[in-house]
Amino acid sequence: MTHLPILPILLPLVGGAAALFVEHRRYGTRIQRIVSWLFMLATLAAALALFATADGDQVLVYLLGDWPSRLGIVLMVDRLSALMVLTTALLGAACLLHACSGWDRRAPHFHALFQLQLAGLAGAFLTGDIFNLFVFFEVMLIASYGLMLSGGRGVRMSAGLHYVAFNITASTLFLIALGLIYGLLGSLNMAELSERIAQVAPETRPLVQAALGLLLVVFCAKAALLPMYLWLPEAYTRAPAAVAALFAIMTKVGVYASLRVGSLWFGPEAGAFAGFGQAWIVPAAVAGLGLSALGVLAAARLRVLVAYLVIASASTLFIAFGLDTPEATAAGMYYMVHSCFVAAALFMIADLVRRGRGDASSDIRELIAPPAMRRTAGVMYLVAAVAVAGLPPLSGFIGKTAILAATPAADMDWAWTAILAGSFMVIVGLTRAGSRIFWRTGTLNEAEAAAAGKRPPLRLTESTAIALLLALAVAMSLLAAPLLAYTQAAAEQLRAAPGYLETVRDTLPAWRHP
Amino acid sequence: MELALASAIGVLVFAGVYLLLRARSFDVILGLTLLSYATNLLIFSSGRLVSGKPPVLKPGLEADLANYTDPLPQALVLTAIVIGFAMTAVVIVLAMRSRGDNDSDHVDAEEPIAREQQERELLVRERQQQKGDRP
Repeated sequence: MTHLPILPILLPLVGGAAALFVEHRRYGTRIQRIVSWLFMLATLAAALALFATADGDQVLVYLLGDWPSRLGIVLMVDRLSALMVLTTALLGAACLLHACSGWDRRAPHFHALFQLQLAGLAGAFLTGDIFNLFVFFEVMLIASYGLMLSGGRGVRMSAGLHYVAFNITASTLFLIALGLIYGLLGSLNMAELSERIAQVAPETRPLVQAALGLLLVVFCAKAALLPMYLWLPEAYTRAPAAVAALFAIMTKVGVYASLRVGSLWFGPEAGAFAGFGQAWIVPAAVAGLGLSALGVLAAARLRVLVAYLVIASASTLFIAFGLDTPEATAAGMYYMVHSCFVAAALFMIADLVRRGRGDASSDIRELIAPPAMRRTAGVMYLVAAVAVAGLPPLSGFIGKTAILAATPAADMDWAWTAILAGSFMVIVGLTRAGSRIFWRTGTLNEAEAAAAGKRPPLRLTESTAIALLLALAVAMSLLAAPLLAYTQAAAEQLRAAPGYLETVRDTLPAWRHP
Repeated sequence: MELALASAIGVLVFAGVYLLLRARSFDVILGLTLLSYATNLLIFSSGRLVSGKPPVLKPGLEADLANYTDPLPQALVLTAIVIGFAMTAVVIVLAMRSRGDNDSDHVDAEEPIAREQQERELLVRERQQQKGDRP
């Protein structure tokens, strides 16, 4: 049995512990950064190796502690989870680079929390056990509370209180759903549950529906679907830039979880539960796309605008996965990866523009990009905006076109209208913000000029981090054909969900014989 | 026993949700705590209520659910208790810090009444200014 599947979780966990050891003043930031980067690069290498390994038809099953799957917890690696782990690692590297421009010195325990967050994210993508998914959600969330709040004060604290209270409530609902599921179905292994859900007796069906519905509500709350997105703009705009950029993938964890659960439990062979929940998720996603596009139009600050873009991309993904064809799912996966990178880049650019202004207003109507960084930041904003809005030739265009092309004829009316109208409003909002910030000339007043003189206009690490993310988006556009072929294979693999159960059952412990 | 446990969970959830929706951060934290107690009881009961049977194997007793109680929910509830406890600690620290920084125990970090009063005073002042400008 190869130990590769555990590495993307184990390496950042060890890295988090190691980062705590070198936190003392006598080591200095340099050693801390070296340790953090060592583990980051090792995680990236493990994610790449996993990505290469998963590109076969075999679903890898890893038995934790060598316990057979009916007793212990399993990790499952298929193409989708390997792709998401790789995305996490790439995004994490860019965020770490950005944080190394100075934020990591201002926020206590930054490196340890950052590594733990990576471990939680990788675990959530890899686990094959629903209770273990809860545990990794918590690891990820607890680290995110620390990352968001350490080094902050004032308004950030109250925004953090909302974020924490909301997420704890959602986690409590998750636990209630898990208690009901175990009580009713007697298992927590996701593959095992798929068989038991298909065989539920008609008299217990309403109760099982309630438990599974609660679970979907939790995933949608994490993914910021329509009625439950109100926490997101405030939390993401108050987080420091490197952290907000990493948070761009946190909503995708909710989308991933509902896609995973949907393909395993609510596939065509699930009988009465086939397509469960889609009847209200898809309309909510359509309405959410419209509302978040309005949010983009109405945003008064650049970071609020980006936060609404994150909600819009999650809603687009729910629409794509709700279309329920392998082609649409494949296109959605491509779009999911692309939107992580581009949203993260936009969060960093927003911070760059705002920082040059010192404590002055960050309202788009008053904000003018400082002259020193106007050209670089403007070009970066242009590339990111073209990619995120879905204009040719960048990855957003390819992703959205693939989703539109994969729409079945019956769903064409509402899906095309929603996605195209949403994109149009997003383009208008981005154009307005860009032209106001980068094209308007104006003089800085005294306080701003003093602030701009005091701060270094453009740090190399920051612009490298943004350039790295944008380069990833450009690479995704250039390599669109192989990537789409990969996601197509991943979607086909998800379709063949019954095979997961056999693989899980057939995986025997290597040396334990209970 | 089922009825007693079910109504205990129900009352805890009721009180928890009520407190969670209040505007003071202390009440919200209490609400979260009560909700997590209710959840722990619910998870514990998902292994069915059995009295007088151990969750660990004993020599000489056949290993099935007739002789034992299900050990898994007990392990799950332990995890849930630990995580819930840690979360309560985090949110208490956060609420105290928010109160210290913002001088308010309100979840929005500002008193709605105080803000209304400020706005009203501002309005009165503006009107007075307008009156002063006119003659």
